Amino acid sequence: MTASAHMIELRDVTHAYRTKAGPLPVLDRLSIQIPENSFCAVVGPSGCGKSTLTRLVSGLMRPNQGEVWLHGQRVTSPRPTVGMAFQNPVLLEWRTILQNVLLPMEIVKSPMSKAEATERAHHLLDLVGLTGFAEKRPSELSGGMRQRASLCRSIIHKPDVLILDEPFGALDAFTREDLWCTMHDLRAEEPFTCLLITHDLRESVFLADQVVVMSGRPAHAQYVMEVDLPGKRSLDDLYSPKAVEMLATLRHQIQVAQGRTVDDTAEAKA
Amino acid sequence: MNDTLRKILAPLLFIIGILAFWEWIVWYKQLPDFRMASPSDLIPRYIRFWDLFLIKSWETLWRTVAGLGLAVIFGTLIGMVMGFSRFAREGLYPILVGFNAIPKATVVPIVALMFVGQHDFNTVLIAFMISFFPIAVSVSIGLSTLEPEYRDILRSLGASNFTIFWKIALPKTLPEFFGALKVAVTLAFIGTNLMEIVSPHGRGLGDLFDSGRISADYPLMFAVLFALAALGIVLFYVVVFLERIFAGWAERNPG
Repeated sequence: MTASAHMIELRDVTHAYRTKAGPLPVLDRLSIQIPENSFCAVVGPSGCGKSTLTRLVSGLMRPNQGEVWLHGQRVTSPRPTVGMAFQNPVLLEWRTILQNVLLPMEIVKSPMSKAEATERAHHLLDLVGLTGFAEKRPSELSGGMRQRASLCRSIIHKPDVLILDEPFGALDAFTREDLWCTMHDLRAEEPFTCLLITHDLRESVFLADQVVVMSGRPAHAQYVMEVDLPGKRSLDDLYSPKAVEMLATLRHQIQVAQGRTVDDTAEAKA
Repeated sequence: MNDTLRKILAPLLFIIGILAFWEWIVWYKQLPDFRMASPSDLIPRYIRFWDLFLIKSWETLWRTVAGLGLAVIFGTLIGMVMGFSRFAREGLYPILVGFNAIPKATVVPIVALMFVGQHDFNTVLIAFMISFFPIAVSVSIGLSTLEPEYRDILRSLGASNFTIFWKIALPKTLPEFFGALKVAVTLAFIGTNLMEIVSPHGRGLGDLFDSGRISADYPLMFAVLFALAALGIVLFYVVVFLERIFAGWAERNPG
């Protein structure tokens, strides 16, 4: 086994859950490579093991077989260089927004002083459009605002790797598009490697450098698409012919993954 | 009307109203005081026995608080064990339910025999036994229903189980804990008085109640009930006050 040159690499990862009815295989020889500072979106049919993937990469779970590599090291347990955000923003109701954002700093040993961390928290809150909400309680914020705060929390400790498990899934369409742009702003500000799990093909094309389509369960990487929309992306780019074509391809691949149609792209291209 | 004023005036108004109705109905029906004492009968008792009321109230109060304190400590510990370990939860639940189903009035004579003469200890023990159940149950439910994402945000950073408990599970359980504590307060008073009345040993408001019964001083018995109610209200609002401080975040702003 050789060390991985990629920031995130999964090699032939196979995993099954134990259930009453016997083992339930979710991942079957899944391999994904994500270079440093790039953004990878993973899409796939429901229940294909996308969330399992995040738990494996974050070290919350270990695969039955195969290897997960982060930053050239094998993942065997959770590590503080990872940030996570979920569909449910899980803010702690008894803390202010600022205290919520600073939560990881209480766990992770960081060269940042408390004052620096607080300053950074305020800066991140400004960046995601939560200026003036630092001292509010989560219950005073809307769903979209909570998710923004949760994003700030996931990167406050300057993680190398950000894992997003459908963080925009429960939001309304406009808020979601807003947050997509916020993600681009955050990445422009400070680079990180990102693994995004999503159901939304437009989201994957707009945000990612690489889109991985997972097959139905047990899942492997069925299709990998490089997204080369050059320059700073705007929402209008999603309506360019190039993007529309990419979306059509992805949609087709999802249908293949769902088993509704056979993969005929190879023939069509030939 | 402003908020604070209403919070003080409204209960006062209702108390005065109920007392007035009571006074009226005793007068109207011309009930003798051995059937129903009226509020105006109580005042002479408080004046005559004020020192006894103070001493006995204190005896009742400290033993109730001590029993409640034990209930908080052991109830929380049992709740923690049950909240974190499914094995312990499934094993302990029927035992706890069975224990709680035993009428504590039947336990009093047994405890009195077990620890003969240890009146304060026995009283605290009964107050504890009757009040720890809701605390244990609520803490265990609070902990076992913690959403996995809450755990994961800290676990993914490499936090220890203790850190997760201290920073997330414990504060998140506080509202349930205080809800149970409010129930436990009144239960603990029942426990203390059970011991004082079922196994008389010359201490507490239960003893004063018993003296009233033996000497056929019915208004005194009513007066003791009022003193107990007053103590219960005071302790209840102490808990409400603590809840504001430690779990005030769980309260939604009205409107």
